[in-house]
Amino acid sequence: METIRRLELEALRMDLPDFSPGDTVKVHVKIKEGEKERIQVFQGVVISKRRGTTNATFTVRKVSYGVGVERIFPLHSPVIDKIEVISRGRVRRAKIYYLRKLRGKASRIKERRIA
Amino acid sequence: MCKGLLGKKLGMTNLFTPEGKCLPVTVLQVGPCVVTQVKTIAADGYNALQLGFGEKKKSRVNKPLRGHFKKSGEGVFAFMREFSVDNPEGYQLGQEVTLDIFKVGEKIDITGRTKGRGFAGVVKRHGFHGGPDTHGCKSHRVPGSIGCSAWPSRVLKGKKMPGQYGNQKKTIKNLEIVDIRPEENLILLKGAIPGSRSGLIEIKKTKVGKKA
Repeated sequence: METIRRLELEALRMDLPDFSPGDTVKVHVKIKEGEKERIQVFQGVVISKRRGTTNATFTVRKVSYGVGVERIFPLHSPVIDKIEVISRGRVRRAKIYYLRKLRGKASRIKERRIA
Repeated sequence: MCKGLLGKKLGMTNLFTPEGKCLPVTVLQVGPCVVTQVKTIAADGYNALQLGFGEKKKSRVNKPLRGHFKKSGEGVFAFMREFSVDNPEGYQLGQEVTLDIFKVGEKIDITGRTKGRGFAGVVKRHGFHGGPDTHGCKSHRVPGSIGCSAWPSRVLKGKKMPGQYGNQKKTIKNLEIVDIRPEENLILLKGAIPGSRSGLIEIKKTKVGKKA
């Protein structure tokens, strides 16, 4: 087990910033089109983070042209070029799925003051 | 060159490829094995190496085996298996065989003993669907009818029935080597292999030219 733990730790990405549910992030995703590689940015609110070593994922939600779009990213995937934290949100729970039912003004999240 | 080795299953995890694909990976500790006997066509009728692997207390080895191990040096082993070899002259008793014989990307076969499930019913053993749990149904996990009546008035051979499931020798063919760590004697394979963690496994090179 120890060997496997160590192998997993080797594969983890330590370069990503710390963020938590409620934060607004920009995820830069590498996309391969044939030979070319380009970067697509997905900006939205982090509504959940799943823990785990290599299995860890996070869900980002945004509203695009009135349609809610959610994307689940593997946290340690090499597909993620970088993550920018745009703002820190103050939320009271770890999974803010209630955001799905809210729209407009109600779906705003208060900014968190960082001490 | 020796065509196989002995090893131990350490467990499973997953890894990302540079393209971002997530691979299920089995981690094996392979070797180093020690040659305990060299078999040649002249002496035995076929070419093979007997390899020893796994620790064992010296006091637990019986006298006949102790004599056998003495020929190959100091070590005593818990397990021994034979593997075919092209050039038995190239090996001496007591020589260590490491996982250098394998390459990344190569296909290998894994033989191990599956997890024992004891006397299992048809639902677990053969994947029968079983009956409904509710609506007054009284047959839940039974096999149902096992054949016809007057003709042939016997149960056909090979009929899937309850019985011992698992604890059998199974071989998985054409597994791809994802990574090799020679300094730690580790092999990372794509996919699952039979047996529990710390189970003994035989790793063999897949025969070239044979279709999977």
